[in-house]
Amino acid sequence: MTASSAARVPRAPRRRWRQPSVLPGFGLTFGLSLGWLTLIVLIPLATIFLKSAGMGWDQFVAVGLSDRAMAAYRLSFGTAAAAGLVNAVFGLLVAWVLVRYTFPGQRLIGAVVDLPFALPTAVAGIALTTLYSPSGWVGQFLDPLGIKVAFTPIGITVALVFIGLPFVVRSVEPVLADLGRDVEEAAATLGASRFQTFRRVIFPAIFPALLTGFALAFARGVGEYGSVIFISGNMPGRTEIAPLLIVTQLEQYAYDGATAIATIMMLVSFAILLALNVVQAAGRRRYGV
Amino acid sequence: MIRVQNVTKTFGDFAALHGIDLEIKPGEFVALLGPSGSGKTTLLRIIAGLEFQDGGEVLFDGEDVSSRSVGERQVGFVFQQYALFKHMTVAENVAFGLSVRRKGRPAKADIRARAEELLRLVQLEGLGKRYPGQLSGGQRQRVALARALAIEPRLLLLDEPFGALDAKVRKDLRRWLRDLHESMGLTSIFVTHDQEEALELADRVVVMDHGRIEQVGTPEQVYMEPASPFVSNFVGETNQLPGGVHARPHDIELVGEGGTPVLVDNVFRRGGSWRVEGRIEGHDKVVEFDVDASQPAPKLGETVQIRPRRVREFSS
Repeated sequence: MTASSAARVPRAPRRRWRQPSVLPGFGLTFGLSLGWLTLIVLIPLATIFLKSAGMGWDQFVAVGLSDRAMAAYRLSFGTAAAAGLVNAVFGLLVAWVLVRYTFPGQRLIGAVVDLPFALPTAVAGIALTTLYSPSGWVGQFLDPLGIKVAFTPIGITVALVFIGLPFVVRSVEPVLADLGRDVEEAAATLGASRFQTFRRVIFPAIFPALLTGFALAFARGVGEYGSVIFISGNMPGRTEIAPLLIVTQLEQYAYDGATAIATIMMLVSFAILLALNVVQAAGRRRYGV
Repeated sequence: MIRVQNVTKTFGDFAALHGIDLEIKPGEFVALLGPSGSGKTTLLRIIAGLEFQDGGEVLFDGEDVSSRSVGERQVGFVFQQYALFKHMTVAENVAFGLSVRRKGRPAKADIRARAEELLRLVQLEGLGKRYPGQLSGGQRQRVALARALAIEPRLLLLDEPFGALDAKVRKDLRRWLRDLHESMGLTSIFVTHDQEEALELADRVVVMDHGRIEQVGTPEQVYMEPASPFVSNFVGETNQLPGGVHARPHDIELVGEGGTPVLVDNVFRRGGSWRVEGRIEGHDKVVEFDVDASQPAPKLGETVQIRPRRVREFSS
């Protein structure tokens, strides 16, 4: 009876205040992650903005865009980008070897890759400086060739390469492992050479992961302080990185100047990371996965 | 004409193939049928050049291709998991083989036209701009097939081509592949563990087990005259009766008396007949046989008399 009357009288569709979903808890998890991000990231960053906002525009420009600061930005972003690129190439190579081949000591090498994460960065800086100074193990061979590494931007890049390597290896590794053998075999049956297979099949598939690795290594390099200050020599205008400049300002109790530089670094970093993210999202959408 | 001569292959300690001899005539549709570990996929991959044999030869039209790379052999290969290039559109996938050609690469417009033609052939017209991730399993496998056909292969090899698809799609695609094979006249070899698929599609079935060929024959021969107990068991259903006698369920009939007594354990309907499962007294193997559904179904716990109409005997 009830069933038949329900069938005969069309009921107006009821409005639901919540769309049913098989994945429950959106409100809760979204709220929590937003709260967490605010607490851990946004509030500290906002303080920097607030602090620098208090100093007035002219002073902000005078400190934040001074010649010395500009040189530091160029150096920091330039070396971080260079190190990121070097890592993209060699990190990919390391990931390739770790994924594609089995050899004795494989796990050992896998663990070595992560060491830069664990090592106090100052230790890395001192070790690299010792190695690359003109009398060091590596430096003594480079010095006669006229290549100076320690106390130059090259040295800074070397330190950042060291620091950033795990990011690229660990981002690319799972994607490379996931890339089926059959895809490469398919390319081979279709007549592609090894190089064509790499360029047209493997590389595009791992490119988003490589970009992530690059972005992480780059971001880490921009903010890196501990390992760089030993090997850079810290000459203002030549080998003084932006984070060091901030510390220098702090040591002189010039908090406004420190936050001005920090604000500019943050804005530039954010713009670059956002751009990389947009590129990746576009790629992912395109492949329909 | 594809000829495989005394091909052997071992992986470490495991002998995957023991001296395989096989001949495939032009235009033939051949199934390599066997359980997993029988060496069927290894044989297919050796013919393709994706794997290299330890001994023996593979001849294409009389020419030894053993030292030729997979790219030089000009074979179309269709993988079980499609192996499509995810970052390329469907049309780019199909065109890949032509676009990587180093000698005599067709003009861009010609490649595009050819890809469209092939997509029409596999009934995916208009989907060229999609990405593989946006297609269903059956559509992806057809893209994979179009991609393999683009290089105008002298031989089409398919490794469990329907393995990853659901039953309905598999059936449609099977029939469609059969038609395609007939209209194109391409020599094709496919690997399957599904005997029904092999019997339905192939001109000839190669039954393999433990790295050896057990029997080569038409589906009719393999089903009706199995050469070994293995083939009899693997291809179609078989009852092993006492004394090395094999009988198909549909070749066993109920008799009033004078037959072998069987205790009925289970009865259920299968299409137009009753499938009866029971045990011969003093023999622990289960016996399955069919009774036409126009007759009353045997009752559980009842003892009935059966007699095989047609048997194969194997000296055990």
